[in-house]
Amino acid sequence: MSDMRREFTEKILLVLFVLAPFFTWAQHETTESAHGEESKREGIKAFIDHHLQDSYYFILTEDEEAGTHVGIPLPVILWDNGLKVFSSSKFHHGETVAEVDGNHYALYHNKIYKTDAEGTINYDDHHHPTNAKPLDFSITKNVVTMLLVSFLMFWLFRNLAVSYAKNNGIPTGAGRFFEPLVVFVRDEIAVPNIGEKHYKKYMSFLLTIFFFIWFLNLLGMTPLGVNVTGNIAVTFGLALLTFLITTFTANKNYWGHIFWMPGVPKLMRIVLAPIEVLGMFIKPFSLMIRLYANMTAGHVVLMSIIGLMFIFKNWIGSTLSFGLAFALSILELLVAALQAYIFTMLSALYFGMANEEHHDDH
Amino acid sequence: MEKLIESFSFGLFFWQIAIFVGLVLLLRKYAWGPILKAVNDREEGIKQALESAENARKEMQNLQADNEKLLKQARAERDAMMKEAREVKDKMIADAKEQAQAEANKIIVSAQASIQSEKQAAINDLKNKVAELSIEIAEKVVREELSAKDKQLKLVEGMLEDVKLN
Repeated sequence: MSDMRREFTEKILLVLFVLAPFFTWAQHETTESAHGEESKREGIKAFIDHHLQDSYYFILTEDEEAGTHVGIPLPVILWDNGLKVFSSSKFHHGETVAEVDGNHYALYHNKIYKTDAEGTINYDDHHHPTNAKPLDFSITKNVVTMLLVSFLMFWLFRNLAVSYAKNNGIPTGAGRFFEPLVVFVRDEIAVPNIGEKHYKKYMSFLLTIFFFIWFLNLLGMTPLGVNVTGNIAVTFGLALLTFLITTFTANKNYWGHIFWMPGVPKLMRIVLAPIEVLGMFIKPFSLMIRLYANMTAGHVVLMSIIGLMFIFKNWIGSTLSFGLAFALSILELLVAALQAYIFTMLSALYFGMANEEHHDDH
Repeated sequence: MEKLIESFSFGLFFWQIAIFVGLVLLLRKYAWGPILKAVNDREEGIKQALESAENARKEMQNLQADNEKLLKQARAERDAMMKEAREVKDKMIADAKEQAQAEANKIIVSAQASIQSEKQAAINDLKNKVAELSIEIAEKVVREELSAKDKQLKLVEGMLEDVKLN
């Protein structure tokens, strides 16, 4: 009995300890003026915007006012009449101009522009910078995250593959959790959509994309603050691969359905062909937008609600925000898995269309 | 949309494709291939084990049926054998009886024949004895009679008389 009470007390203390910074922050804020509140709102909005974007730093925490940043600068790789490789620490978080081999580069809205020594940015009428943009192959935060996820996946699934031989065909450790998921992708996604005959050649892609998206989505839920699957370039790349695989593994029947739809009048076939061709591109396009929009929206809403905690100055509002953020986090965990499932599922569906055999009932 | 296109980072796209394709190829060789093979092998193994268990059950059933059939057959055979033995026994007894009868008949017949011949011999013997006795008696009587002359005459006369009468 006394053990239980002690445990309970310890838990309460732990919660108070974790929440303590929020309380002190709130007390401090109450003394601020209405103008301060406005700027705070703006600050939160900027913070969310900033979070959604890619970055040349892997920042764990930062304090804009104090100008302190805790994180790792990442390598910047530019192609500007030759390969330029330097550390992003040269930008000093966008405050200074980086000088490499006599060229000057400046960060503006999280993009690298070529500038003069002072870092002057010239604008056109629409307030867009007119400075030259060098080809940017930097290892950004998102690239680092993808690499981390790749290593994690390789380590996990290599261990699973090896554990079979060691343990007489039965997985050990984490593999026990992941093996049913692998089987799920095979039996619930690949086989029903592609068919028993052709599914094998797509398995590697489907399994990799499922776990890749899922792990990246989950990493987006961590305080690391990464947002890889909510980046249009990443979802475009993934959708492009699905599109390329669909197009290059399609059989005659698939192309027949696009350009010369069987079973409809000749005139209709001519009308249908452009629609079907458009459909070829719309399918992967919807994949790209769906994943991007879902993850971005999830991050925006969740971060806004977390931000609300700092705007509400009373403990009721902040507590409610906290509860809402907590509930939404759980929902986002579901969404993380769901979006990975949907992307994989629809990819499999498109592969299935590309491999559909000819039916006489058309 | 414009903002979206503007924020599109070619570098990130490039790395994404490179990392992802590399990951697919690596995992295919070192993870998915072996994993799917192991899972498949295990499933096949389970299927085979179930099949063989089913087969064993069927075989067992067949064996049981066979056993029963064999038992029935054995029982029928035993019955048949016992019946045959009984028949053989009966036949043997009957044969023996018959043979004994025949033997007995033969013995009786030969006994009767020998009795008959013995009887005949005895009769003959008795006849001879009677003839001898009668001749002896007759001799003694004749001697007596012939010892006196008148008596001899009387006898002749008596005999003659008998002849006449005849």
